[in-house]
Amino acid sequence: MKTGILRFPGSCDEVDAQLAAQRVGETVLLWHGDRDLQDVDAVIVPGGFSYGDYLRAGAIARFSPVMESVIEFARDGGLVLGICNGFQVLCEAGLLPGALLPNANRRFTFRQVELAVVEGETKFTSACPTDELLSIPAKHGSGRFYADEATLDQLEADGQVVVRYRPEQNFNGSLRDIAGVRNAAGNVFGLMPHPEHAVDALTGSTDGLRIFESMRSAVEGAHV
Amino acid sequence: MRARVLVRPKQGILDPQGVAVERALPALGFKGVSEVRIGRLVELEIENPAELEAISSQLLANPLIEDFEIELLEDAPAA
Repeated sequence: MKTGILRFPGSCDEVDAQLAAQRVGETVLLWHGDRDLQDVDAVIVPGGFSYGDYLRAGAIARFSPVMESVIEFARDGGLVLGICNGFQVLCEAGLLPGALLPNANRRFTFRQVELAVVEGETKFTSACPTDELLSIPAKHGSGRFYADEATLDQLEADGQVVVRYRPEQNFNGSLRDIAGVRNAAGNVFGLMPHPEHAVDALTGSTDGLRIFESMRSAVEGAHV
Repeated sequence: MRARVLVRPKQGILDPQGVAVERALPALGFKGVSEVRIGRLVELEIENPAELEAISSQLLANPLIEDFEIELLEDAPAA
């Protein structure tokens, strides 16, 4: 499996995402000004502050040349994972439902959270042990997931809510404790917490690795 | 032509900036202020004002979470 990790001006977690993806296959960094996705099997839109978060988080990055290719890749069924700012970019691009608003606590907040895996049979969570929480860090200023009530009901009914915060850990005020959602087709997933920062026992948890292992299964299973 | 686009959070969406300002006012002695909501004012010069609607809905505002109003202004008088 070959994973492409996007790099925008203002990205800051692309190297950790690359190191995490290297544990399950090959990787390549993809510059925001290039359109060539270099035949990757999966794309990661990483965390950071693309284009300085000007206007709204993710609003400008959505129009970069590389995102035109990513949108096409996603429409063709390619696997796309958006982490933190990457989640914001995918929402702004219309590849994922909803939007991410400034945290209800009005602070940039960095803490370890435990995520409940609501949907364990997705291309991004199939390697997660059932009934276990994923302990991974969250760090953001605009992570409050919002969609209107009808959309939230539909997302829940269709199994598109993939991970949730424990209610007492929902520091950003996300509606229905939603930490990550997928698209209807199931090939695009975004979440605010950072699985790429939880892949080595040295930093306290390796739970994030499950997300990358799930993606490898999805890609390599498809090749059989 | 000069134009302004006023972008504001949709009704019913929590606006933490507005809440922070509202809570700061009593400390300055201003009582009786409520429902503070903070948006964005975009001022621009535009050759084709017919494009403003698309510009606003595609970039300046995110229609899922924000409303916008377009205001066309007279060209500034020569100084």
